[in-house]
Amino acid sequence: MSHHLIEARDVWFAYPQGADVLRGLSFRITHGEAVGLIGCNGAGKSTLLMHLNGFLTPRCGEIRIGDTPLTAQTVAAARRAVGVVFQDPDDQLFMPTVAEDVAFGPLNLGLPLDEVAQRVGAALERVGMTSVRERPPYKLSAGEKRAVAIATVLAMMPDILVMDEPTSSLDSRGRRRLIELLRGFEHTRIIATHDLELVVEICSRVLIMDEGRIVADGPARTILGDRELLHAHGLERPHSLSHAHAHTAE
Amino acid sequence: MAVESEGAVENNGVVRTAMGFGSIMNNSYGIGRMGIWRMDEMGGQATPLHRMDARIKILTVFIFIGFVMSFPRYEISALMPFFLFPLVLMGRAGIPPSYIFKKVLIASPFALAVGIFNPWLDPAPMIRVGGIFVSGGWLSFLSILIRFSLTVSVALTLLACTGIQRLCDGMGRMGVPQVLVVQLQLLYRYLFVVVEEGGRLGRGLALRAGPRSRITLRTYGALVGHLLLRSLDRAQRVYQAMASRGYTGETRMMHPPVLRRVDLLFLVGWVLFFGVARYWNLAGQMGRLLIGGGR
Amino acid sequence: MHMADALMSPAVGGVMWAISGGLLAWCSRQVRRLLNDRMIPMMGVLGAFIFAAQMINFSIPGTGSSGHLGGGLILAALLGPYAAFIVIASVLTVQALFFADGGLLALGCNIFNLGFFPAFVAYPLIYKPLVKSTQGGLRFWMGAIGAAVVGLQLGAFCVVLETTLSGISDLPFSTFVWMMLPIHLAIGVVEGVATGAVVLFVLKARPGLLGEPVDSATPPGGGRKVIIGLLAATLIVGGVVSWFASTHPDGLEWAMAKVKGKNTLESQAGMSEKLADIQATTAFLPDYGFKKSEPSQGESSSWPAPSAGTSVSGLVGGLLTLVLAVGAGWLLRAKGRSKTMES
Repeated sequence: MSHHLIEARDVWFAYPQGADVLRGLSFRITHGEAVGLIGCNGAGKSTLLMHLNGFLTPRCGEIRIGDTPLTAQTVAAARRAVGVVFQDPDDQLFMPTVAEDVAFGPLNLGLPLDEVAQRVGAALERVGMTSVRERPPYKLSAGEKRAVAIATVLAMMPDILVMDEPTSSLDSRGRRRLIELLRGFEHTRIIATHDLELVVEICSRVLIMDEGRIVADGPARTILGDRELLHAHGLERPHSLSHAHAHTAE
Repeated sequence: MAVESEGAVENNGVVRTAMGFGSIMNNSYGIGRMGIWRMDEMGGQATPLHRMDARIKILTVFIFIGFVMSFPRYEISALMPFFLFPLVLMGRAGIPPSYIFKKVLIASPFALAVGIFNPWLDPAPMIRVGGIFVSGGWLSFLSILIRFSLTVSVALTLLACTGIQRLCDGMGRMGVPQVLVVQLQLLYRYLFVVVEEGGRLGRGLALRAGPRSRITLRTYGALVGHLLLRSLDRAQRVYQAMASRGYTGETRMMHPPVLRRVDLLFLVGWVLFFGVARYWNLAGQMGRLLIGGGR
Repeated sequence: MHMADALMSPAVGGVMWAISGGLLAWCSRQVRRLLNDRMIPMMGVLGAFIFAAQMINFSIPGTGSSGHLGGGLILAALLGPYAAFIVIASVLTVQALFFADGGLLALGCNIFNLGFFPAFVAYPLIYKPLVKSTQGGLRFWMGAIGAAVVGLQLGAFCVVLETTLSGISDLPFSTFVWMMLPIHLAIGVVEGVATGAVVLFVLKARPGLLGEPVDSATPPGGGRKVIIGLLAATLIVGGVVSWFASTHPDGLEWAMAKVKGKNTLESQAGMSEKLADIQATTAFLPDYGFKKSEPSQGESSSWPAPSAGTSVSGLVGGLLTLVLAVGAGWLLRAKGRSKTMES
């Protein structure tokens, strides 16, 4: 069976003593899709991401990974299938060296040591960070930290990659490298971001969130080219698209 | 070698800017903290001494401290051979002794604050050096200083020639509860992150309040409370990151070190040396040899 | 008030290591049983928080000085006593290893002095019964300040006890007590106010945060009994030990006799009181009689009494040995190439 599917069915959620943050949210993302999740601050993006590997449980509705509903019994398998790259790599890197950090997940899976070593090597190779493997993570640059954080998730061999603001605090070169890297992945990808240019380059599909709902769902170029729609939800059309648009208008 | 020391200087520079909050930060402690980045570098080296089973080093260090502290209170010369142990460790592990001794100098003033009373409380003259008599109090104070240098330098050297990770691992295999071992590792990891956050808060305050102004208790509560909130939020996210990589409360090691015969030799050799140095005053005998018998 | 290795005898250090080690093992079991693994990163980050918080100083009202947080009470309020004790132990261990605060032999003492009293005495017996509502108010501040003061006073008293029992410092027990306790009374009050301020702030910002872990950390049944038992054991041990110390010629009595000016060495009967006075202010004095033997000390009987001659040779030899030790360390230093280990 395939784990590459991820689906939300009428998900409602509220924090204790708070108003609803997710209000009847549904979507279905299939194998190999790269989906951009956009929306203003407070739209509920981060809350949604925390549902995707079971840190939060919906008040009603359900999340399905593959063909399995996400429950307390299936949460361990779901976390293996869904790899989350956090917004701040400092939260994700806590071991003394890069190699040990990447090995942390595979070791927890109970894999034999030689397979752990092989996975560490492969994951670091994939993100081009083999040269820093023995260095402590806090000494890396922001871009290197981000790449290593991705490697820690890749070493778990997830089917679905979820990323929260992957380009935040990166300089333009670091950002460029990250885009190339993400483009090359064959995983199902969900990228929550304010960086709409990133979405233009990587994603085939876009979900717009506003006030706890999915308010738009469609091909990236269509949605990101729709100035009125974006404006209505507090977003701005990416410069690359508006530039092209202006040219055709003239 | 040159590259390495340059890196260290640059590194300290970074730390210094991160720590420079003028009057707000506790400076004497701040300087002590600065060494932590450098200490981490040294602990991460890969000399044979670094790779040696940490349990052996921990055990030897404790035996060393036991021997040093077992001397009578006026002893001075017989303690000297014991400096061999930390100095050899530093040499083998490529740790500059000046670094360790600088840290010893700024370390805990408590021993000095308490020991300094000895010369006043024990004024009876005890030995004669040349034509000058020295009181028991000064002797015991000097002895305290020497013990202090020995025990403190050996503790710092233990860390610098092992590294926190290997040390924690060794502690775990010596029967220290897993909860405490994991606690030490995480504390250490987040030391860097939270101290930097504390630094940012301190700087922000200094910018608004000016460097000369003092922190009232009310401001202090809010400041430290903010730091606490940030720490708690971070703890939450770290937990999520760990859990999403399959963490369930147990940690496994990548390279469990093996106990080799040379490690046991290290232990036995040093303990023999401590024993000999404890029961024969090596330094005194050497001096007697030099200036002619018991005079 | 970190104890230092240099002031400790191995016996006192060993006993305190055993006590703290036992407490740690016990707390680890409790934490494992009572709390989920969510607690573990929480404890780690809060340990780091205590470090960072100690870097920020506040001014103490009415004085020219400033102080910083000790942290034991805050940890107990946030994490419950068991986890708090483990966090304090880890903080002190890192301080001993990185900053040379205290030392390894004294670590057992420091964990006990700075961890046991806030977590297992001040918190359950003073803070918790008084602090029912966390809305501020008289009871809240009484609880915070009272707990901080009592925790610190007991800790400081233990420092005095441990130092005196070790017999390396000449400070007499009573003098030392009168030095330590009033200072730590002032520090305790400020620590209590700071703790209260931080707790109130956090409660305002994150209501409901403090309630949970504390409740889940409350020992099921028997916990209070254990604490009271431990407390009683401490008092009894403390009482017996200090009685023993005060009758034994070594520790206390010996130091006190010295301070009172009663010279324990008959061989020096000829020496004037003036000599003692001058010696008290200066270190070195020209040409007077010298002590022939050490005062009775545990191990000194097997030790040759230092005479002037051996002392000079000891001094020369000592310096020479130091030079040799430095030389050996320098010669044996790793020069980048890997050599086999030498002992």
